[in-house]
Amino acid sequence: MIVAERKPIEEIVEQVKEVRSLLVLGCNECVTVCEAGGKKEVGVLASALRMVFLQQNREVNVGERTIERQCDTEYLEEIRDMIDSYEAVVSLACGVGIQFTAERYPTKPVYPGVNTCFMGAALERGVWAERCQGCGSCILASTGAVCPVARCAKRLLNGPCGGSTAGKCEISKDVECAWQLIIDRLKALGRLEEYERLSPIKDWSTDRAGGPRKIIREDLRS
Amino acid sequence: MSPKTPSKLEKILRAGHLAVTSECGPPRGSDPAHIIHKAELIRQHVDAVNITDNQTSVCRLCSLAACIRLKLMGLEPVLQMVVRDRNRIALQSDILGAASFDIHNILCLSGDHQRFGDSAQGQNVFDLDSMQLLQTVRRMRDEGTFLGGDPIQRPPAMFAGAAANPFADPFEIRVPRLAKKVAAGAEFIQTQCIYNLDKFETWMELVRDRGLHEKVFILAGVTPFKSAGMARYMKTKVPGMDVPDDVVKRMAGTPKDQQAKEGLTICVESIQRLKEVKGVAGFHVMAIEWEERVPEIVERAGLFPRPQV
Amino acid sequence: MRLGYPSSIRIIRVPCTGKVDVLHILRCFERGADGVTVVGCREGDCHYQTGNFRAKKRVEQAQQILERIGIGAGRVRMCNLSSSDAPLFVRFAQEMHAAVLSAGPNPIRTARRERRAGTQVPGVELPA
Repeated sequence: MIVAERKPIEEIVEQVKEVRSLLVLGCNECVTVCEAGGKKEVGVLASALRMVFLQQNREVNVGERTIERQCDTEYLEEIRDMIDSYEAVVSLACGVGIQFTAERYPTKPVYPGVNTCFMGAALERGVWAERCQGCGSCILASTGAVCPVARCAKRLLNGPCGGSTAGKCEISKDVECAWQLIIDRLKALGRLEEYERLSPIKDWSTDRAGGPRKIIREDLRS
Repeated sequence: MSPKTPSKLEKILRAGHLAVTSECGPPRGSDPAHIIHKAELIRQHVDAVNITDNQTSVCRLCSLAACIRLKLMGLEPVLQMVVRDRNRIALQSDILGAASFDIHNILCLSGDHQRFGDSAQGQNVFDLDSMQLLQTVRRMRDEGTFLGGDPIQRPPAMFAGAAANPFADPFEIRVPRLAKKVAAGAEFIQTQCIYNLDKFETWMELVRDRGLHEKVFILAGVTPFKSAGMARYMKTKVPGMDVPDDVVKRMAGTPKDQQAKEGLTICVESIQRLKEVKGVAGFHVMAIEWEERVPEIVERAGLFPRPQV
Repeated sequence: MRLGYPSSIRIIRVPCTGKVDVLHILRCFERGADGVTVVGCREGDCHYQTGNFRAKKRVEQAQQILERIGIGAGRVRMCNLSSSDAPLFVRFAQEMHAAVLSAGPNPIRTARRERRAGTQVPGVELPA
């Protein structure tokens, strides 16, 4: 899922310092799962903001709403009527949802209430780790389903580097060396000899480097 | 095999001599005096001098410029090139830049992560990795084309090298990794500095089992300890470094004013032992900020004068 | 036992402190409460196994939020006792009473009062 983390409240307060009414808009998908922007977080943020505004002697009306997804026009339409009552929106969706909401309501300022971080999964409650960087050209078949692009700090395709120590990356003891994981996985699969295959130079044009990406499926378009 | 490039280092190695290389770190400024001074200290005692490339991700005068400086002084430079800071366009471009000044040696490296240096907030590139850079260098030289396919006007005649660390984890793939580098095009190797001679000899045995010592010239890295503190630091704080306890004990057991001398002795003893290891084609003496000792090390190790080719 | 405890305390009963959400705690302060104590079973004795552990975590989260927005972490706390331990309950109540007295009135209550009276001082800075 897309993993995000709540922005510090001071930052949000600064963003909306001129605003007299705002809607805290949550999303029921990824940000709910990573406990950053779901209905609960919307409630907590709205309550905290009200208390801040009261202390700041600002009369601000803070509304709350959570929709199924902010990356879908169908759900964004649900707030078309209520959004008129608010001067601005603080969206707790991921960066996609925040932008989509703004595109749907271009005359309404939409501010980010979270920092969108990465595509990852929960290792345990409260701990999320990155797994994919969306390079657009998946090579997991040759690395035993461990991604060196997302999990190697140097995205080496023929790793490990000389800094790998006891299975940890040179940048931190808390970061596993992706290539150690790949080697262990290949061993477990009985395919360690594949380690010596030279991984060719990657085509990064399907990655961010190639520019903002789009997928068009003509067979799905009406 | 006759040399494929005008590289003096290649000539010495192919003639069967033990080669000696050393390295200089460029200054954190634009004054070349620093490089000139260091190079002059060691020029008679080494066959080639590596110039590090923003080592530990600390911004320094670039390796290419310093290599040009050395070339103009009549020395043989080894251009160290990391893939951390440059994409394939810049890498190929800099290789041509070096070749235009008749620099014929390149060491292809990954590069320390920028977290270690003074630019922890910067982007990194890693468009290619070090093995793919080796492939690129060889392709530019042997096929005379850019990665994109176009022909190169006067292809760069680069003697291609890579680094090897017999002491990094996991040990089980350290020899397969060397094999990979050879397959990618490495013609010479400079290893991480060696203190655990037993482990190095084990690695060399595995290297020889696969016949790799005949496919690539392996230069054993050595670094003299300046003090017991330095030995302890390298043991505990430097990733991929293997400093056995007895070496640290030997340094620590020496009185403080004798420790530098002892460190140099250990270094010389290591070289003498490594000379006996089959497959070692030379030495890479890294005396960081202690370049003035390189002549002494080379002489005491019986590697002076350097052969003329 | 007919022990007395400070009359400023209102008791809200829940089937288990695990039912108490961070939002419930925040809304108390939003409405002007000066202090909140979450009183649960002793650790290990929770009738629903882990309810009181969840409550403890949520109290910690609420403390962090309240500290950041200038209300103060000391106004909310978690206490554990067995349901028959009346003297301990009284002690907790007295401790909260004392903590709230020393912390002063909830700034929200003060702000609302001053706003009604038109005497509010503008612009309170958030703690760094």
